Amino acid sequence: MIKTENVVKVFNTRSGVVRAVDRVSVEIAKGEVVVVIGPSGSGKSTFLRCINGLEQFSEGRVIIDGVDLTDKKTNINKVRAEVGMVFQQFNLFPHKTVLENLTLAQCRVRRRSQKVAEGKAHGLLQKVGIPDKAGEYPSRLSGGQQQRVAIARALAMDPKIMLFDEPTSALDPEMVGEVLDVMKQLAREGMTMVVVTHEMGFAREVADRVIFMDEGKVVEVGTPEHFFTNPREERAKLFLKQVL
Amino acid sequence: MKATTKTWPWKLLLVVILLVFAAGIWGAVQKIDYHWRWNRIPQYFLYLDEEAQKIPFDGTVESIRKVGDDAEVTLLSDNSQRLVQTVAADSINVDEGDLLFEGDTVGFVKEWRIGPLVYGLWTTLWISAVSSVFALILGLLTGLARISNNLTLRGIAITYVECIRGTPLLVQIFIAYFFLGTVFDLSRNVCGIGALALFAGAYVAEIVRAGIQAIPKGQTEAARSLGMNVFQTMADVILPQAFKKIMPPLAGQFISLIKDSSLVSVIAITDLTKSGREIITSTFATFEVWLVVAVMYLLVTSVLSQVVFYMERRFAVSD
Repeated sequence: MIKTENVVKVFNTRSGVVRAVDRVSVEIAKGEVVVVIGPSGSGKSTFLRCINGLEQFSEGRVIIDGVDLTDKKTNINKVRAEVGMVFQQFNLFPHKTVLENLTLAQCRVRRRSQKVAEGKAHGLLQKVGIPDKAGEYPSRLSGGQQQRVAIARALAMDPKIMLFDEPTSALDPEMVGEVLDVMKQLAREGMTMVVVTHEMGFAREVADRVIFMDEGKVVEVGTPEHFFTNPREERAKLFLKQVL
Repeated sequence: MKATTKTWPWKLLLVVILLVFAAGIWGAVQKIDYHWRWNRIPQYFLYLDEEAQKIPFDGTVESIRKVGDDAEVTLLSDNSQRLVQTVAADSINVDEGDLLFEGDTVGFVKEWRIGPLVYGLWTTLWISAVSSVFALILGLLTGLARISNNLTLRGIAITYVECIRGTPLLVQIFIAYFFLGTVFDLSRNVCGIGALALFAGAYVAEIVRAGIQAIPKGQTEAARSLGMNVFQTMADVILPQAFKKIMPPLAGQFISLIKDSSLVSVIAITDLTKSGREIITSTFATFEVWLVVAVMYLLVTSVLSQVVFYMERRFAVSD
């Protein structure tokens, strides 16, 4: 489903050239849930953003469902419609109601009628547990509710893949659970997911595979049991000691 | 200490200061022995026009019939041709049976007409309105070009904005009229509106650019991640939010435009300012006319600010 080959992302900063993502090659199968963990600044978010082309990578290839992002003929918008993304800061459209947030891209990109889009939107709001907030503006919702709307907004496009960029990091602790529950349900339904997170409990419970990144490189890959109980690499051991 | 303090002493002080200020001006004017002639001003808003009705042939007044305030005068020519003229009853110059020669005045038609101050205001308003529309379009396009990734577009936008902002509007109007107007054979209205639109457009462009850049990057990323293209993202996500933010500075710019439009009077467009100057040449009521003109500009601009204030409140629903 997702295949990255030697992806490199270079940032030019004042202090010199930084390789935020350094030759990352990963293959993710359909229905797989992959959790990317690592210390902050390890390039895991940047790598995630390379997968849907939000970040222009400097070298390497990303292939989504057989489509090569680096190919000049590839319509990146078509690929993105198939790859949902959830952000740390929710990024809901504040000038639109919850319902409009969910229908906008359906109508513009999928060319669905308003009626079909609204039907889909109501169904998804039901699914993420806030069917009664359709008419509200995002600013009237709690952080947890906003993030669930953001998940519903991405799902409204019927994506084949969902990317999560630290979806719970900006939430108050008591709201983390409700968002993780929605993600767990999604995983159970067989969605292909790539999740960047600091929620080790979620990684252990839901992930099929854990990728540990540091300084732009993939340091260790393994199943959750293996990674959390018996990591090979020193850096992974050190990281786990600090977070667990 | 109480959190709320009495406000009336300060309001009283404000009134006293304004009164002292007004008295000072009044006293100063007294010293130069200026004769105020406010009674000459109203006729320039609205006046009763008297148009003389003249008999087009030699003949007699056959009959006069009163119809309300008007009178119908039936005139009979020497070769038995009849003509009915309607004039104001109190302005009749003739009696029944009078002998008249061609060109004699039968009476006057009285009609209320709009004076030059109102016409001038109207000209100012439509010139400002048309310039505003063009300035908005121009400013929007330039603002977008200013932040585009294309170096050429960005270069054009920066050149335009810098040239306009670096030269006085008065000089731009002269160039538009005496140079471009001559070369391309343009009317003074086109030159005036063009110069104002180009001028305001450069400022609108900067406002638009700032407004767009004030929208968090996450908004663009969210829209693009849903598969929306650059144009859809701009039109549906960024611009609606940006416009809400730039409403107050944009309104300020358009209010400025109304005031700046007074400069087009130098290329003989009869706007409010030019009307004022023309009235002074016939009345010498310099003080009165300029004060009235200033108040008229002030009324228009404050009405506009109120409208914008109301719109801002309406748009604030989603915040």
